[in-house]
Amino acid sequence: MSEARDRILSRLRANRPQDVPTPDVYAKPLHWDRDRLIGSFIECMQAVRGEVHRVGRENWVDWLNTELPKRGLKRGLLGLGPVGDAFAAGAADDFSLQRYDRPIEDWKEELFRQIDFSVTGTLAGLAESGSLVLWPDAQEPRLMSLVPPVHVALLDSDRLFENFAALIAAENWAGGMPTNALLISGPSKTADIEQTLAYGIHGPKTLITLLLD
Amino acid sequence: MNQSEAFHQRIDDALHNDQLRSNFRSAMSGVMQRRADQFPDEDQLQALREQARAVRANSLVKQPELLEKLEAKLTENGIQVHWAETPQQANTIIAEILEAAGARTLVKGKSMVSEETELNHFLEQRGVEVIESDLGEYIIQLAKEPPSHIVMPAVHKNRREVAELFNEFHPDIPYTEDIDELTQTARQILRTRFANADAGVSGVNFAVAETGTLCLVENEGNGRLSTTAPRLHIAITGVEKVVEKLSDVPPLLEILTKSATGQPITTYFNMISRPRQPDELDGPEAVHLVLLDNGRSRIRVDEELLDTLQCIRCGSCINHCPVYVQLGGHAYGTVYPGPIGLALEPQRIGLDKAGALTSACTMCGACGEVCPVKIPLPKLINRLRAEAVGQARHAAPLPGRGTLRKSGEANVWKLWRYLNGRPRLYRLFTFTATRLRWLTPPWLGAWTRYRSAPRPAAQALREMAKREGFSNE
Repeated sequence: MSEARDRILSRLRANRPQDVPTPDVYAKPLHWDRDRLIGSFIECMQAVRGEVHRVGRENWVDWLNTELPKRGLKRGLLGLGPVGDAFAAGAADDFSLQRYDRPIEDWKEELFRQIDFSVTGTLAGLAESGSLVLWPDAQEPRLMSLVPPVHVALLDSDRLFENFAALIAAENWAGGMPTNALLISGPSKTADIEQTLAYGIHGPKTLITLLLD
Repeated sequence: MNQSEAFHQRIDDALHNDQLRSNFRSAMSGVMQRRADQFPDEDQLQALREQARAVRANSLVKQPELLEKLEAKLTENGIQVHWAETPQQANTIIAEILEAAGARTLVKGKSMVSEETELNHFLEQRGVEVIESDLGEYIIQLAKEPPSHIVMPAVHKNRREVAELFNEFHPDIPYTEDIDELTQTARQILRTRFANADAGVSGVNFAVAETGTLCLVENEGNGRLSTTAPRLHIAITGVEKVVEKLSDVPPLLEILTKSATGQPITTYFNMISRPRQPDELDGPEAVHLVLLDNGRSRIRVDEELLDTLQCIRCGSCINHCPVYVQLGGHAYGTVYPGPIGLALEPQRIGLDKAGALTSACTMCGACGEVCPVKIPLPKLINRLRAEAVGQARHAAPLPGRGTLRKSGEANVWKLWRYLNGRPRLYRLFTFTATRLRWLTPPWLGAWTRYRSAPRPAAQALREMAKREGFSNE
């Protein structure tokens, strides 16, 4: 490898500070019951203008069929997994639906300009911070939760964890990370002008979580 | 002009800019309150600070091993690792990667390390078009200014100034001073850029050695776009950003976002461990990490100064600094302003170039109290003051050590020490000084520029105490 590498590493080795104890694994157990987990998730998400709707596991397609047209959302982006399949099968005829079935380079302009909303699943939710956890993959690629102005995310209410530390410990994330893992806590926002919050800068302007019971 | 004179000139300019001072005062008051609101329980805050400090201290001790492990894991994951000792090397590496890929346009997420290397300037000279995509960074790129804060780069601009900039560069878009409308304007302008850019550049908040993961913290989504939409992603970071384990990340993430902007968490926490895999449909096909030293390994020589490298760049010390709030970031004239700048920059670029910065401190201690990783900033600044006048002693002197030493000033303190070590002489001195107090010169350098000259009292304290009946002991 490069000389720069060797020189940097040898300087670092030459000046080794005194050992310090390895820190304990950070845990912040809150001992919250199911209601508290759900309540906190909803409260935190709403505090950053994220929408949360509690919907029956069997009813989310109906919910989207009813609610999205009211907002003028027609052009939807679906993945190739079970969520995309379910919506494609049950969606009302008014929608114009696109499956994310090609490499991004083949249709980037279209994705950026001609999609109103996307629907994806989630891996889990974090109650303490009101976060969605996504592991985008070949079936639901990374840009699905980022480029469309409205992102609808389905979250199983049994998949709520207290916080990030609890999740990565319980599911042994250190044993194998995906290409990309995400925590999403609300719609895109900025406060870069006069410290004033403005929503919908580069990512979704609206984030709708359907909390499935 | 020497560095002290240049610094004082910039201070003078900043203090006479009422608009600037008002912009900073209102921004800093808001962000201090929001941080305080995130830490209602003092015990929990202190426990979290201690955890974050321990994580950072541990990773600094094991840094060479962790960097090697990080490199091995990233390489195994398909991410290419590059090492740079200097800004010039880092910039050259990035330019070569872009050239090999035929990349001519670049979208950038926020990265203070790229400010250290002046990457934009370097690439633009080689014909690469660079677009800053963080709203604050985009604003100052239009204004051709450096960031005035490490987290809120355009905090010195108000909405009218932003509106005028947008109008100047995008005259076809109707003029507005409405912040929501300005934000939507930026969204429209930058979306085309994201869709068409050949490459994306980002910084890194934490690099996890255990899993080979690059972590990015952001609110806007521009960081995710820059690292996902183009075919090529290049991340650049300082060698100190490595942490040992994935389990080190949650406490750092929590205390970073709460300390920086008073948010329980940012909108996006983006963890990248691989380039696009064969069956995946988006994400960059190639990911590179450039690890920059730029003086950091030298800081490690000294056990006391080592703490500087614990920094997670939250900007909390800056937000709470009574000097920064009056001056703003540009007056410092360095990449990193405020208390962390006072501690880091003289070490990074030398006391001969940035030692004068250490005078911009009242020793109030606020920075040290709020630092999420417990860097003893006032102690470090005091130490560097001593280094700057050549008083501190340690094995490897900092570059430019002693360059701010003035023989006149040194002699005054020597005389002071001499007098204080000799009681009779000291008594004679205080007796004379109090009786001849009318001889005190009215002009005492910088002190009397805005204040009247101090005069000794009519009698020395010792005399007054004796008169009141206190014994000499």
